[in-house]
Amino acid sequence: MSRSAYRRAKPQGGGFELAVWYLMRLTGVALFVLALTHYLILHVLYDPALQDADWITTVRWSSLFWRAFDWTLLMMVLFHAFMGVRTVIGDYAHGGLRTALTMALYLMAIGLFVMGTVVVLTLPKVVPAG
Amino acid sequence: MLLRYRGGIGMLAWAFHRISGVAIWAFVLLHVIDIYLVGGNPKAYDELLAIYASPIGRVLEALLGAALLYHALNGLRIIVMDFWPALTRYHRQMWLTNWVIFAVLGAIVSYFIFKPLWGG
Repeated sequence: MSRSAYRRAKPQGGGFELAVWYLMRLTGVALFVLALTHYLILHVLYDPALQDADWITTVRWSSLFWRAFDWTLLMMVLFHAFMGVRTVIGDYAHGGLRTALTMALYLMAIGLFVMGTVVVLTLPKVVPAG
Repeated sequence: MLLRYRGGIGMLAWAFHRISGVAIWAFVLLHVIDIYLVGGNPKAYDELLAIYASPIGRVLEALLGAALLYHALNGLRIIVMDFWPALTRYHRQMWLTNWVIFAVLGAIVSYFIFKPLWGG
């Protein structure tokens, strides 16, 4: 393989690793749109200094569309980021340590899935007056 | 050392992709927890927001944007080479194009992020 060749090659033989390989690219394209749009709106169009808990409740998440948008972004990013870190762990840790770190990683992902979904579903929907 | 090592562009692109990816992952951990506080403890969220909106917070915010933009652009480059291997011969041109887009968008985004600091 030449010196600058890309080495994260497509897994051969199918199964779980091949599915992850395709899903990393699929969620990657989705995140290109979702994450950059999210950043553009919340860091460029609106100054973060204005985005207190009240602003999120009465402006940003008073819209079902943006709640659904942010939840979809969360699902994509949880898969992409955690599977990415799983690859990093696989490169640097071996044996029992790799298994333990990967299990801890999956538990963190489940925890964030629950926290994010709970807050999207339970934050009171406040329709701004007027 | 880094420049003399025979890894070339591919190695640099890979290293930046990995560093920016792990940084974004760490921010996602923090960000899901802070948004959870909006429902669970709005006062604590507002206190955290004051740190995010501080000058140091804005530098970190701009760095997050840089990590996101690099990872997004280089990720597309990887996908292009994975699905259209013939285009791998243009990997250097794609890498340079990405840095041009990165510099232009980065300058514009940074302007808006730091503008409130001088009362804009």
